[in-house]
Amino acid sequence: MSKALRGVVVSHGDVGSALVEAVHAITGDDHALVAVSNEGCSRDSLGLLVSEAAGDGDCILFVDLPGGSCLQAAARFQREHSSTTVVAGVNLAMLLDFVHHRDAAPSEAAARAVNVGAGAIRLIGE
Amino acid sequence: MSLDLVRVDDRLIHGQVVVGWGRELKPDLMVLADDEVAANEWEQKLYALGVPCGMKVEFTTVEEAASSVDTWAHDSCKTIIIVSDIDSLQRLCNGAPIIRKVNLGGVHNDGDRQQHLPYLFLSEAEVGQLRVLATRGIEITAQDLPNSAPVTLEDLL
Repeated sequence: MSKALRGVVVSHGDVGSALVEAVHAITGDDHALVAVSNEGCSRDSLGLLVSEAAGDGDCILFVDLPGGSCLQAAARFQREHSSTTVVAGVNLAMLLDFVHHRDAAPSEAAARAVNVGAGAIRLIGE
Repeated sequence: MSLDLVRVDDRLIHGQVVVGWGRELKPDLMVLADDEVAANEWEQKLYALGVPCGMKVEFTTVEEAASSVDTWAHDSCKTIIIVSDIDSLQRLCNGAPIIRKVNLGGVHNDGDRQQHLPYLFLSEAEVGQLRVLATRGIEITAQDLPNSAPVTLEDLL
């Protein structure tokens, strides 16, 4: 079996760390995900943080918005690392699912995350 | 005059610019004046992802931007210009004397800079460049977001 995928949540402020803490609180998993914040970062320093967090293995970079500094840093890393996939619009539902499906290929896991994350967004009460 | 903001921000087009300043100023055009990005189509596509629908974006060198500032300033289109560093700002202002006000929105530490605000680090050389611009009567303030209090260069240094 290949090594399990890792996830890096790249976000504005404390969004990423809060999501990772919530995943830990709900699932008990504290290995699958790490958070990177863009707080106080330049382009270069954020890129370095993303690179350090992602490492060399297969990885999914979850970013908060489909544009902006976090996405830019993730996309630049992905461009140089074919074993990495980027998913924009991270939410708690997709991360909770991800920690239980880390044996898939990065592209497959990323597609799953998009489906699960989108499926969790619902209009309630109408 | 419709040159609404000339900003130094090493993150270029990002959340604070698009959401913070974008919602406040409602620009029609965002100009990213950066020599490296102007030469890199892949980076341009990446930055364009952060620009909302309905807002145009142009990628230029600093020199090209300086030669177009007069046109933008007299156009009915509301324009924001973003450069990545103080050196680019100085080159822009040197080529476009019509610029009378600039915003320091984000210059981060590269190991050789001193912190002045949480989002503003400047080297001695950069402080000197800003002082030169100020002596020409250019109003320089640091302000990350529209609802933050602007800090004048005097108070900053």
